[in-house]
Amino acid sequence: MNKIISAIEKFVDGDFVITTKRKKKPEHKPITHHEKTIEERWAIWHDTDGVEAFKIVYKAASVAICLIMITILLITVSFLPAFGNPDNPVNNEVSQRYIEKGLEETGAVNIVSGMILDYRAFDTLGESTVLFAAASSVMMLMRKEKKGKEITDKFSPKRDPIVKIVAKFIIPVLLVFGIYIVLNGHLSPGGGFSGGAIMGAALILYSSAFGYKNIKKVVTEKFVRNVTFFSLIFYACAKSYSFYCGSHHLETGIPLGTPGAILSSGLILPLNIAVGLVVTCTMYSFYSLFSKGEI
Amino acid sequence: MGPNLLNNYCETVSMILFGIGFTTLFLQPNLIKKIIGFNIMDSAVYLFLAAKGYIYGRLAPIVVNNVTDMDAYINPIPAGLVLTGIVVSVSVTAVSLSLIQKLYKEYHTLDMDEILKKSKEAHQ
Repeated sequence: MNKIISAIEKFVDGDFVITTKRKKKPEHKPITHHEKTIEERWAIWHDTDGVEAFKIVYKAASVAICLIMITILLITVSFLPAFGNPDNPVNNEVSQRYIEKGLEETGAVNIVSGMILDYRAFDTLGESTVLFAAASSVMMLMRKEKKGKEITDKFSPKRDPIVKIVAKFIIPVLLVFGIYIVLNGHLSPGGGFSGGAIMGAALILYSSAFGYKNIKKVVTEKFVRNVTFFSLIFYACAKSYSFYCGSHHLETGIPLGTPGAILSSGLILPLNIAVGLVVTCTMYSFYSLFSKGEI
Repeated sequence: MGPNLLNNYCETVSMILFGIGFTTLFLQPNLIKKIIGFNIMDSAVYLFLAAKGYIYGRLAPIVVNNVTDMDAYINPIPAGLVLTGIVVSVSVTAVSLSLIQKLYKEYHTLDMDEILKKSKEAHQ
């Protein structure tokens, strides 16, 4: 009992650890808890107990903030207009215009494709440029410091027969399916982004099944750079031409064709191909940059 | 509380998913897990936009039999917005993962507190 009381007294007097130290080595006379300035006390607490206390407070506060945020969002959702109702304010004259005039003005059966590659084509150019900028910055960040080093095949399976045989069957199917989706972007669901992602997956599978040396025969850094660059330049020029003509009420001279045919809807098919090439190259370059530090 | 919380079940689920991603972003010290939380938040936004575009009993906006009537198709605009969102999220994820890999090569850890501590020690 006396021990506890003395311990409490010590604790009230000052820091427990420092007082016990002073008893052992009285010649040093370290400064007690109360003799320190408030800044010094803060600095010690900040480096020892403060970290733990801050962690607990941080966790509690973040859970509380997230719960409050979810509650506010759910209350907002409960006041939103009903799901799937045709009279919602979302379904306004903009979507009416796209649906009623889209086929006539763009020639695309797929209204979303006509919307993103004709009415809102500069938005899609921005998206492709974002992908290009992301691939460039990843290339800058992941580039190896030492040149001439042997490429590490650390993450590629070496001479794995299962992957090789399966890849032999799957890669042509994947490539043809990706090309089909890109070319039918104005007729069916799909388009440059989804088809390009599928073709990029085929390249990634080839690279991991047959090694980097085989894919380097075709897909080099220069190849990726040139394909991306010329696709973006073609996109920008074609859309600038059609927007310039449209704003000055000139004829573009690009035939729209019969809706539903593969060669129809004017610029949408070549623009889809350009976007598909950009996405393919970007997907493959992300994979190869992350796995070995170069394309 | 409004009347449409259970009626708007897609939006409700997307908001809960958004909260899960946000909490992951706050609570996980591991940087890769923070990126996973960020991607969960992205998916929640896609679900919300796709739910906003849907109308009961209507088809996807692909013209069939030359019917260009507004009452036949769902709203095509959220689909285009979701496409933009997906592309931007892929780019942001790639850039942040490469930055994280650089940090790992420098500090040999993915814990953000450890990285802050080590960088503070390195600067002193």
